[in-house]
Amino acid sequence: MKILVGVKRVIDHNVKIRIKADGSGVELANVKMSINPFDEIALEEAVRLKEAGVATEVIAVSIGDKLTQETLRSALALGADRAILIDNVNGIPLEPLDIAKLLKIVSEQVQPQLILLGKQAIDNDANQTGQMLAALLKCGQATFASKLNITDSQHIEVTREIDGGLETLALTLPAVVTADLRLNQPRYPSLPNIMKAKNKPLDVLPLDSLNFAPINQLTTLKVSEPVKRHAQCEWLENAGQLVSVLKEHKAI
Amino acid sequence: MSNSMILVIAEHDHKTLKSSTLNAVTAAQQIAAAESANIQLLVVGYQCQAAAEMGRSIAGVSQVLVCDAAHYASQLAEEVTEAIVPLATGFSHIIFPATSYGKNIAPRLAATLDVAQISDITQVCDAQTFVRPIYAGNALETVQNNGHQLVISVRCSAFSPAKYSEQNAPIKSVNGAAVFGVSQHISQSLTPFSRPELTTSKIVISGGRGLSSKENFQLIEKIADQLGAAIGASRAAVDAGYVPNDYQVGQTGKIIAPDLYIAVGISGAIQHIAGMKESKLIVAINKDKDAPIFQIADYGIVGDLFQILPELEKALV
Repeated sequence: MKILVGVKRVIDHNVKIRIKADGSGVELANVKMSINPFDEIALEEAVRLKEAGVATEVIAVSIGDKLTQETLRSALALGADRAILIDNVNGIPLEPLDIAKLLKIVSEQVQPQLILLGKQAIDNDANQTGQMLAALLKCGQATFASKLNITDSQHIEVTREIDGGLETLALTLPAVVTADLRLNQPRYPSLPNIMKAKNKPLDVLPLDSLNFAPINQLTTLKVSEPVKRHAQCEWLENAGQLVSVLKEHKAI
Repeated sequence: MSNSMILVIAEHDHKTLKSSTLNAVTAAQQIAAAESANIQLLVVGYQCQAAAEMGRSIAGVSQVLVCDAAHYASQLAEEVTEAIVPLATGFSHIIFPATSYGKNIAPRLAATLDVAQISDITQVCDAQTFVRPIYAGNALETVQNNGHQLVISVRCSAFSPAKYSEQNAPIKSVNGAAVFGVSQHISQSLTPFSRPELTTSKIVISGGRGLSSKENFQLIEKIADQLGAAIGASRAAVDAGYVPNDYQVGQTGKIIAPDLYIAVGISGAIQHIAGMKESKLIVAINKDKDAPIFQIADYGIVGDLFQILPELEKALV
């Protein structure tokens, strides 16, 4: 089976972000960027399925500017066979539904049996794209996956993380699965694989070459700092002091 | 602007409504605030009359729609979406709680309706403008809708629950959709809990990697029981197998805002803080004075949790 994996280029999860002075967004210039951690998990799962002989080809796809090619090269170094970049040359603002529509276009070209995405991107924290893509493709979805089993060529079983615990679903393929943190532990790319990735195919499709119009439904008016906690940590010596302080606050 | 017609999608277990539904109704009331409110509640489920009965007495709900069929028994996103689509016409806003239930279905519905979704709102500015956290809560984004129909998910900890009242809103049965049939529910394993629910508890005590074993979590449990608190955990504690995944507090786990949050053996990574920084009072117990958790804590004790927790247990008696 062919597996399509969506990867997003985001500010590295360890970076402390800075909000632009004019409130138009978050400073992205000269900031370390990486593959969204949830997408890395989705990719790792796809690569493991290939190593297990279940998947025949793993295709990584991303939507972004020229620099996003770096992100796709990282995906290739981690084991994807080839990559597709939808190049948003003119930097048109895209909403999650736009991204889902673009992934649908790619999916119709590639015809994967399984589409793996991260459950959310750590920048916009939307947690929407996978569900939207499944809706557009009119196929099944398993979000927040922590375990994935290919039962036969037509079906998969996915264990999902839900609020009260776990649940297991069976889906008819093709299907969309979004990865949660506990699906697997992604590998590090080896130097030889980073070198090999340079020669793997990476197709670039300019966004304006596709039959696509953005929905333009939402506008970001501003991005601002959250209210800082005024808290200045008051140091206590022992548990007894803590209990009296909490009683004073009527917290217990 | 025309009057808002708001549809709130109820989260329930067929018998009772989840408290998240009440938070979503409050957000709906705020959206409808300046206008004549028409808030309807939709219960999609199987043999879910009891849940619908609860819905009719939520203050502010003007009608309860019930869509009852066997194929909604496991509340699969594919099936529930198909049930909502034909009912969505005429509603300006469709609102879900941003729980694992709501997050699973809301975007699928939005895409099927070909409209946008705004996730996890924490503030309603007006019927078209909302605030939501991005970057693990390190920034707030103010988003404006252009007036088209909109699907919204609501961060429960940011809206107080709507109250039950004496009212009896009418209940109307609506037809379900045909079986979509691409997915099936196989099994469920829920974590049994005798303590208050993590997302709604007034007091939460959380443990992290510093607890070093599953057995040591009993130290946390004893104090939780003394305080009537819910138990939370950091990702590290969940990954190490000390507690089940649904205890996780953080950007990717549960987002909570209790009156009192006690973090024990938790360093305070960005992703954890995203889930608890709105707590009213934060206490941290950690052996590392430089742990980032102390930067947001109101009270801190630097020391060995294996010594402090038993002391705390005694002091609480």
